[in-house]
Amino acid sequence: MIEVRQLRKRFGDQQVLDGVDLTIEKGESLVIIGRSGGGKSVLLKHLVGLTHPDSGQVLVDGRDISHLNERELLAVRRKFGMLFQSAALFDSLTVEENIAFVLTRERNHPPEEIARRVAEALEMVEMPGIQKRKPAELSGGMRKRVGLARAIIYRPEVVFYDEPTTGLDPVVSDSIDKLVVRVCERLKVTSIVITHDMRSMQTVGRRVAMLHQGRIYTSGTPSDLMASTDPVVSRFVRGISDAKEHTF
Amino acid sequence: MTKLPAKVIQSVLAGLGRFSLMVAEVVRSLTTQRLSGHDLMNQLYFIGVKSQTVVLVTGAFTGMVLCAQTYFQFHKVKMDTATLAVVSVSMCGELGPVLTALMVAGRVGAAMAAELGTMRVTEQIDALRTLATHPIDYLVVPRVVATMIAVPLLTAESIAVGILAAYLVGVHLLQIDPGYSLVNMQRFTDHRDVLMGFIKSFIFGGIIATTGCYKGMHCGQGAEGVGHATTEAVVYASIAILMSNFFLTLLLTRLLALT
Repeated sequence: MIEVRQLRKRFGDQQVLDGVDLTIEKGESLVIIGRSGGGKSVLLKHLVGLTHPDSGQVLVDGRDISHLNERELLAVRRKFGMLFQSAALFDSLTVEENIAFVLTRERNHPPEEIARRVAEALEMVEMPGIQKRKPAELSGGMRKRVGLARAIIYRPEVVFYDEPTTGLDPVVSDSIDKLVVRVCERLKVTSIVITHDMRSMQTVGRRVAMLHQGRIYTSGTPSDLMASTDPVVSRFVRGISDAKEHTF
Repeated sequence: MTKLPAKVIQSVLAGLGRFSLMVAEVVRSLTTQRLSGHDLMNQLYFIGVKSQTVVLVTGAFTGMVLCAQTYFQFHKVKMDTATLAVVSVSMCGELGPVLTALMVAGRVGAAMAAELGTMRVTEQIDALRTLATHPIDYLVVPRVVATMIAVPLLTAESIAVGILAAYLVGVHLLQIDPGYSLVNMQRFTDHRDVLMGFIKSFIFGGIIATTGCYKGMHCGQGAEGVGHATTEAVVYASIAILMSNFFLTLLLTRLLALT
């Protein structure tokens, strides 16, 4: 469904992506792991068409989206839903207006249908009855759930999660992980999750790809990576720093 | 040594290019996309209705001080009754549109840059894009259209209040003859002066909104980036208004003379 070929991106002197190759099949649940600042979010933004690469291709259903203009990309993005790291809810709108945003903009859904679908989406993320609240009144975990409800209300084919558990306590993180799994199973969507949370990786991922030095270093099942003897993979999954290199 | 100016020139040209592309996208959106009436009304309320106090106070005191200063000079040559004519012509063609636009730039242009800048640094603009919505259609076009409608109306209010305030100061405080003053005002104030003010304020509205939106959409990271964008939106819009006013005066005087 999504294929990345030799993707390269440089910001100033830093080569963030240096020839990424990756194939994501329809319906799979892929977790992309890697060090902070290693280019995971940049890769995700390329997959959604939010950033243009210096070279390489991003093929969605066989169509290269890397050089489409913003208006051409809008149609492609209709297949995608995305949960941002900060949830990125619109401050000026209520929870209901946030979730119903796409349906309202399409102008062909009656208000009753929109209200019903918003309620359904909130039920799915276990946040019923908060339609009239403003994003500022919500906690971090609640914002992520509302962000996810907004991303799935129009039934996308692929849902992208940018570090869904960052900044949350372990209990809330676990509930978000389980929610990601449930959404994937119930809606039969392709899930692509960016994280450096190993617990999250094991709960959510069916396949894991590790981004290291701008390339996909290795991929496999979560248990493959946890059992790996490769020093780079092993150090990362166990959270062991190398005294010789800067880790921040 | 030559690297620094080259970098500055490159940066300015790149900025102008991005600004032009944004304006072109606004025009494309206006001609191909349906503008949401709800979004437009929200912006009209914020830009038009909420700006009235500041614009009316500015217009009134500008009219009053202009009347007083003109009277003090004209009184020396016994031309007291021409005072209101000068106020009227100045307010319609120059001071009304320019001062209204500067006040709106300070209030609305800054708010647009701050709001859009905050949306950018908190990934809300990226979120819009992932929700299959073009940020120009949803964020920029309603603001540009609303500002281009609201500024001429605010200017008309400012001119009317300025002239009224000048009349009250001139007639009741400075004891200028009201009859002759009104006759002279009507005699010397042409419909072209009013038209010039209207055209200018329409263009100034476009300058304020496009500058504010551009600075917000392209602001740097963090609170510092939003702060810079807000300041630059006001400074650049004000400079653009003052500079374009000069050229518009020359151009419109010639064009309107043909009518």
